[in-house]
Amino acid sequence: MQMIKTFLMQYKQTLMAILMMSLSSSAFAEKINIAAASDLKFAMDEIVTQFKSNNPADDVNVIYGSSGKMFTQIQQDAPYDLYFSADISYPEKLAAEGFAAGPATPYAFGRIVLWSPKTQLDAAKLTLEDLTRSDITRIAIANPKHAPYGKRAEEALRSKNLWDKVEAKLVYGENIAQTAQFVQTGNAQVGIIALSLALSAELTKQGHYWLIPDTLHNPLKQGYIMTKRAENNKLAHKFSAYMASANARKIMVKYGFNLPNETASQ
Amino acid sequence: MHLSPADIQAIFLTLKLASVVTVILLLLATPLAWWLARTSSKSKGVISAVVALPLVLPPTVLGFYFLLAMGPNGVIGGLMQQLGWQALPFTFAGLVVASVFYSLPFMVQPLQNAFEALDKNLLDAAANLGASVMHRFVTIAVPLSRAGFLTAIILTFVHTIGEFGVVLMIGGNIPGVTRVASVQIYDHVEALEYMQAHALSAVMLVFSFVVLLFIYTLRPAHKNIN
Repeated sequence: MQMIKTFLMQYKQTLMAILMMSLSSSAFAEKINIAAASDLKFAMDEIVTQFKSNNPADDVNVIYGSSGKMFTQIQQDAPYDLYFSADISYPEKLAAEGFAAGPATPYAFGRIVLWSPKTQLDAAKLTLEDLTRSDITRIAIANPKHAPYGKRAEEALRSKNLWDKVEAKLVYGENIAQTAQFVQTGNAQVGIIALSLALSAELTKQGHYWLIPDTLHNPLKQGYIMTKRAENNKLAHKFSAYMASANARKIMVKYGFNLPNETASQ
Repeated sequence: MHLSPADIQAIFLTLKLASVVTVILLLLATPLAWWLARTSSKSKGVISAVVALPLVLPPTVLGFYFLLAMGPNGVIGGLMQQLGWQALPFTFAGLVVASVFYSLPFMVQPLQNAFEALDKNLLDAAANLGASVMHRFVTIAVPLSRAGFLTAIILTFVHTIGEFGVVLMIGGNIPGVTRVASVQIYDHVEALEYMQAHALSAVMLVFSFVVLLFIYTLRPAHKNIN
């Protein structure tokens, strides 16, 4: 007890200074939390890095996770300022329920691919039909029950009449990043993952992919909203505008996203 | 309140996992706890620390290492593949192995406490009368450690039922194989099926409370008998 007292006495000034700094930073500096679907992991990281290099004073945090979970969290007033979902229906619903500062805006269309590490298979030479092969015993997809990429994977398999034949081999990732990780670690031989992940530096090095035709599934229309709490946050508006910039769009295209026409109305 | 067939399947799978893990741990942890309670070996500290690790380690650490070690490129997984066995991730056996590690302290520590509380004179007297180690253990240590065994078994069982993080990381969410109740609830919540999540959560809540109530109200009685 005496030690704590002495410590407090000795460092009173320092402690006060730290306290003042933390108070002032929360009062004046701008800060945003972005909730982003895990398919955006690499693209968003790069966009945020660029944004920060142009705006070094701004504090931008990104939290990656499953779109469904973040949807629920925003309904419970989670401290997110922007929410980039892998499925536009979530932000649309939030906007309809009054949790958003504006309408849901489409920002990209995602694609799904077959991906496998080189040590397992050459996925570039695979098609969906190959998934029935007896040497392929484990296939990872995102959980179709709630993950947008999992839903599209199921649709693609069903439209080829392959679902019933491969269902017993399926393992389900909680989100698309975990699905990729199941394959990356070799625990599943092949997976249906987001093109945006397959194009990341790490996965490009480790394996090949085969693009699944988007005629086999509904479009993976991705959308975002600004949440109600961010309505007067200048940084949230600035970042939202940056997403439409040529720089950000270039990064999105690099990671395999198709971009909605700027004229397209939503 | 309505439980779907998938929910009921998840509940039975969870009970099966908890039962198998409890039986295996009872067999493994009893000699270990006995040794820890009796030994004055220098390695006691190290072994105790290893046993207690799951109490402090985040499940993600266990899950991560299991996924890497048991995969086909991992040390254990590669060996198993060469032996022609199925890799452990995404299998029921994999969950059992992971849960045995994860619940180890919950079996070992109550048993060790019970064994340490035994009157050494009784055991020495039995030894002088010619009872073998095994005989002494079964006829003296086990009956006198009843309460310890009961606590250890129940805690291990309910702790395994409460497992989530490790299962999520190595289970692959396969219905009837690795989709336990905790994961099923998570899926319901993620899919915004709050009613179903409520139903299954309520079952878990009531079950866990009743079990703990059982431990905390009945255990003192056992102790008095001892």
